[in-house]
Amino acid sequence: MANESLPLIFLNAAVVNNFVLALFLGICPFLGTSAKKETAWNMGLATTFVMVVSSVSAYGINWLLVELQLEFLRLICYIAIIASAVQLVEMFVKKYSPALFRSLGIFLPLITTNCAILGLALFQTAKEYDFIQSLVYSLGAGAGFILALMLMAGLRERLELARVPTVSQGAAMSLMLAGLLSLAFMGFAGLGASHG
Amino acid sequence: MTDSPPKTPSAPAPADPFNRQETLTADTFLRGLWQENPVFVMLLGMCPVLAVTNSAINAIGMGLATTFVLLGSGALVSLLRHWIPKQVRIASYIVIIATFVTVVDYAIHAISLELYASLGAFIQLIVVNCIILGRAEAYASKQRLLPTLVNGLGMGLGFTLALLSLGSVREILGNGTLLGHALFGEGFQPWLVMVLPPGGFFVLGAWLLLFAWLKQRRERRILEQAGVAAHG
Repeated sequence: MANESLPLIFLNAAVVNNFVLALFLGICPFLGTSAKKETAWNMGLATTFVMVVSSVSAYGINWLLVELQLEFLRLICYIAIIASAVQLVEMFVKKYSPALFRSLGIFLPLITTNCAILGLALFQTAKEYDFIQSLVYSLGAGAGFILALMLMAGLRERLELARVPTVSQGAAMSLMLAGLLSLAFMGFAGLGASHG
Repeated sequence: MTDSPPKTPSAPAPADPFNRQETLTADTFLRGLWQENPVFVMLLGMCPVLAVTNSAINAIGMGLATTFVLLGSGALVSLLRHWIPKQVRIASYIVIIATFVTVVDYAIHAISLELYASLGAFIQLIVVNCIILGRAEAYASKQRLLPTLVNGLGMGLGFTLALLSLGSVREILGNGTLLGHALFGEGFQPWLVMVLPPGGFFVLGAWLLLFAWLKQRRERRILEQAGVAAHG
């Protein structure tokens, strides 16, 4: 069992090994929903919620699978859990905020295939975190995801008003921006404990 | 037979837009390599593209693993397409994909421990690679086995090609080597940031810029030619 302190786990997941900018997880929603700050914020919240739910359930399922010595089913079980959690969020959002449901569009069901979430479940298993540590880790990862999305959305909102050459509009520009952000986040590397 | 109306030999049967069977052509294969390249054109599967391309060998390993999953899951989805109920199709596809990924995971673990260690969790994360689910939903669930396999192979190789074009650039710039062989003399100072995370974003951005520029130039040339033709 890992004996890292809780604040360190949180900081590690949120900033030092930021899921988006340092580990390249969840790039699709990062590029897809970061055009406006409001969408980015809501997307971040929805993803964080799914992260927490699936992290807690993954912890339980992993315990069960280890007890039954069925570890090779881990991947299939995790993905099934995540798909159910996303379904839950989707129904919830659709019922309570139809406007939000429309603005997130296709990216809401696509949270299932957000690698940040499956990555979180796999990493916490690999690091042998206990229940509380897993919970903190998922909260940290969610906070880091929101942070990256909001930073990117802020930059892109500014860029809307700027005149850039037509060649560099669109995806190429977003990737260059992400590269600069990632470069900035590398400055935190000295804080971290270890990889992952 | 003489009283039958003259047949037009080239006219195909009227296409049913909801159940169109694609005939096998070279295009089925080539489309994935260039025209609909999953990475450079469709921008799918970004996470492994950026994360594991810090060396050419990792890029090849990841590309081939993905191709295998693409072929296996495509074949199974295509064979089962009449039996999978429409309401639960996505969940079924995911389970099929996860099965093949587990196979690949154990296979790579057995073949090369070194590659397994450097790819890390990204082998298991092939499950959530949008290319594979996208192919299952958009192609394999509608087509017969053979076109699915050919198309999957094209897409997989297109993906591998894209990974390789990123991986080799990053390895050459960031490490001064290609596939482990040193390219430059002793005096080479590696551009270290290229093998670190920001390099992935920069190199992919640069490739996209290059393609956008080429496309723009071609369009301008076509426009100019049209203009010349109109003026006579």
